[in-house]
Order: sequence, then C-alpha cells, then structure tokens
Amino acid sequence: MDTALVNPEIPSGDVDMVVEDRERHLFRVARRAFTEQSVLEREHDTIFDRCWLYLGHGSEIAGNCDFITRAVGGRELIFNRDRGGAVHAFLNTCPHRGAMVVRERKGNALSFRCFYHGWSFNVNGRFASRFEEGNYGKEHYGGGCADLAQVPRLESYRDFWFVNFDRNAMSLADYLAGAREYIDLVADQSEAGMEVVGSGQQYRINANWKLLAENSIDAFHGFPVHSTYFDYLKNIGSLRMDSGTGDFTARGMTDLGNGHAVIEYASPWGRPIARWVPSWGEEKRELVERLRQNLVQRFGEERGLRIAETSRNMLIFPNLVINDIMAITIRTFYPEAPDRMTVSAWALAARGEDSELRKLRLFNFLEFLGPGGFATPDDQEALENCQRGYKNRREVAWNDISKGMPRVGRPMNDDEEQMRCFWRQWRQRMAGAR
Amino acid sequence: MNADASLAGAPGLDDPGLRSRMEDFLYLEADLLDEWRIEEWFAMFAEGATYEVPPTGDGDETDPATSLFYIADDYVRLRERIERLKKKEAHSEFPRSRQRHMIGNVRVTGMDAGVAEVSCNFVTWRAKRGVVDTYYGKHRYRIDCTCRPWKIKAKRSILDMDMLYPGKLTIIV
Repeated sequence: MDTALVNPEIPSGDVDMVVEDRERHLFRVARRAFTEQSVLEREHDTIFDRCWLYLGHGSEIAGNCDFITRAVGGRELIFNRDRGGAVHAFLNTCPHRGAMVVRERKGNALSFRCFYHGWSFNVNGRFASRFEEGNYGKEHYGGGCADLAQVPRLESYRDFWFVNFDRNAMSLADYLAGAREYIDLVADQSEAGMEVVGSGQQYRINANWKLLAENSIDAFHGFPVHSTYFDYLKNIGSLRMDSGTGDFTARGMTDLGNGHAVIEYASPWGRPIARWVPSWGEEKRELVERLRQNLVQRFGEERGLRIAETSRNMLIFPNLVINDIMAITIRTFYPEAPDRMTVSAWALAARGEDSELRKLRLFNFLEFLGPGGFATPDDQEALENCQRGYKNRREVAWNDISKGMPRVGRPMNDDEEQMRCFWRQWRQRMAGAR
Repeated sequence: MNADASLAGAPGLDDPGLRSRMEDFLYLEADLLDEWRIEEWFAMFAEGATYEVPPTGDGDETDPATSLFYIADDYVRLRERIERLKKKEAHSEFPRSRQRHMIGNVRVTGMDAGVAEVSCNFVTWRAKRGVVDTYYGKHRYRIDCTCRPWKIKAKRSILDMDMLYPGKLTIIV
C-alpha cells in the first residue's frame, strides 16, 4: 500500500480505485473511476440495481389517481396513487410489446391505456382490457403477466418514497440508518406536512455523477467557488454571520452509516423556517419569529432552534441530496455516460406556508441553486473542469481526499470525511457487497 | 417615468413604423449581449424592471411567487447578476463564453399608455471549450415607449426546450 500511495500505479481493478492509509492519513481515488465505461456498467449492477433510490415525494401525487412518470436508476417508472389512495411504482412498459404506457410527465387518470395496441390497465396496475373470446386463451390473464409490473420494492419514510430493484435488499429504514434523524429535521418543519413546489428543474452536467455526490456535501469549496454569492448576500443585506451557534464551519460532519453523511452548520443566510435576515424587512421579522417560537414549543429549545437556525447538506448514498440550506432542495442525478449526468432538483416547502415566505423561499432557492442561480452554475463549472482534467489520468492518476484525516475528534465540515464515507461505501459495493 | 415622458410622443399600435423601430431596439439589445456590453444592456432596463426565465413546460403565465423559476430577477437582483458576471469569480463565465443572439417573428401585440407588449422568437448559442449550447424559445417584453430612449420594463424568456439540456443559464438569453 505504501508504494501505491507514494508512487501510485494506475489501478487495474475496481476495488483498487479507492486507497486508504489511516496511519499515514492518506486517501486516494483513482481518476479512472470517473472516466471508464466499464466502471459505469459495474455501478449499474452493484449500486443502482441494489441501493434504495429516491423516487419522489408523496405530495407530487397528492390526490387519488394522480400520477407522474420519472426515470429512476435507468428505468422508466410510473409513480401514482390508485383510486383508494394507495401508492404504487410501476415499470412503465406495456407487458404486451413493451411500449411506455404513460407518456405524460404528470396527470390524473382513472386508467392507463397503451396507445400502441390499446391494452388498458387500472391505476392499481391490473389488466383491464376486454377482448372477445378467441383473442387470448384462459391462461393469458393468469399470474398477473398481463398486468403492469410493479417495481420490486417500494417503501417510504416521512413521505419520501424510494424504490429498490433488488428484491432482497434490506428495509428502507435500515438502509437510511442515521439519515432518518436528518429527514425528520426536514419533515418536522411543518405540522401540515411538506410539499414539493411546482415541477422542479432538470438539467445536464458534463461530468461524472460521483462528482456531484462529492460536491453536494463539500464545504471546502464553499468560499473559493461561491465568493460571488456571498458578495451578493452582503450587498443586499442577507448575510448574517452573527449566529450564536458558531461559524460557518463549526458544527461538523456526521457519518450516518451505509455511505450517507451530513454536514451541519450555522447558516450565513436567511431561512424561511426560521431565521430572519435584514433584507426581508421588519414586517417579516415577526412572522419568522412566530415560526421559531412554534418550533421551540413543539420540540424544545435545542431541537427547535436547530431546525430553525442551522443548515444541513446531506447525501444519502448513492445519489440523493437533501440540502436544507437557504431553501430545501431535493436533488438526484444519474449517469448517461461516464462524463455526463442528468440532474433533477425540486424545492420542498412547508405545506400551507405564508405566501410571502413561500416567495422568499423560492427566491432564496433560485438565487443560489439551479442553472440560473449565483452559485450552482459555478459548481457545474468546477465539476466539468475536473472531468476535463481527468484526460490527464494516465499521467496524474489519483484524486486526493485526505483533508482532516489527522484531526482528533469530530471531523469539520470543510474536511473531506463525508466524501470518504461515500467512497468507502462505493468501494464496498463495487466489490460486490450488499 | 422620465421627466420628459409624454404619451403624445409614444407611437400608437397602428403606427406603420412601429415594428421596425421595435426590431431596431431589440437588435441593439441582442448586439450588446453578443458583445458582452452587459452594463449598457442593463441600462436598457427601467428602474423597477424584471427579468424572468420560468420553468420549462409550465406555460406563459407562471408566477414566480408560487412556482420555482430558473431566474426571477427584480431590478436589484438583475443589477447584482450583472455585477457578478463582471467578476472573474463568476467561474462559469470565466473565461467568458461566446454567444450569439438571433431574434425573429417580432410582433407588437399591444400598446397601453405608451407601454408596448412585444413578443419575439429567439435562438441563442453559447460556446465554451468546444461545447455549444443552444437556447430557444420566445421573449415577451413590456417596453416603455414614452421615454427616450425606450426602456424595458419587463422581459420574460420562455424556453421551449423540454429540459435545460445545457445545464447552465449563466448568460442572458
């Protein structure tokens, strides 16, 4: 291992692509992991086909018979509620000849009908066409083989719905492990529940998907990459570094198990729940203070103010980001190729939120996040630059992810332990572990 | 409104030269963007103006107070957007991309108290490091024609792409 780190060879196997030396505080990831088609194919087998993947939020199909269609883990899925309100996830392919049965992005329907030959299905997936005798034998409808196929596993936690294509996977609750506590910190923000606002954003980044997994929970890059965002906050009076809960990097990082990790810190920005900043004006101050007090009443001083004040960036392995920052974004991303991913991002908000705060929340979101924001595009630029830089991978073969390894005690936010959590899990999964 | 503004000086909707004057105005706007003369571009906007890019596929009338936009700038945020773009630390536009704005199908569809409702189609190309991004859709403007020069009161760029393939919306389309 020493030799490998001092004078690293280009690794040949998937497992060798992550090298950790705890004694010498060195952690390296081979750049090949971001560039090879064979790695991507193995990721599909060992990660996307076996891990719990985020499907959607229950509020996106709020009413009975609501449906949305979504690409998840390389599949095309239908996420819907049937007439009785039960939630389903179907593989969006006609059992007859394969056409996608539902072609709209979202809607409300009493049944689904494949346009190709007219096979129809109830919204609970059951085959519903009536053909005259002589068309199909009696056995044809047996065993559900004319029904829409269900995704092997569908489970939810606090209205966050996940699928798993591995029938034998551990339960979602076990898989989420320590991440449940942090989903609670989001889900508890409103007694009325949370909801996804509008239709979300979809965009493409010309970089390997794992670069966004790293970036989404990386505080080390915050000030170098996003100085223009902080300038903006300062200019308009939205920057508040006066928090009693400590500075931007203070609280630290938590390993949540199973490759998940979170960083938590005092917010330098305003939060619609519930941290006021001067640019919002005095009239909002009271409104925000009431929300704070309500949280304190419901959860006590410590947890109430934690929900109100602190920001959290969380990665749930492999590709779900729930960042509860100046707004809440749910983000998931899938590789189209080793050097290209598609990102889907949604804004989550308190249901029944005051309309002025909702507006502030959406503005907070788009000021930082998304393709037109003052920060996310610069992240994309960084990721795409990394991907470009990996063209040199034969000569410069390794990424360094060692920051903070000698530190005694809790890792800092701007250490790289959260990325190491991701990579250890990645290494284990790529080696075939469940 | 400017002190010298007078409705009498504003063109009527049936003014035969209105569309070509409007085209000249919009061509100038496109040219300033192509040349990265973004402060001059910003100066074409009236105080209190808005600049918006709604989510793709959500129709023309979406409201940024209730729906998540890509861009929903009031005058201050737009000014800050321009300030940001001038910095080297706006990394996505450093080194600067090259861009070319094409507009067509210009129509003045209404005139109310000297403020014109204008729509046009657009295609904008952005090139950087060998990647060419194409943005296309429709601009909708409200343009105050009572002042000299005319001022943009609102610009909304409605993208026709069914998702934002280029990934970034760092230039003004």
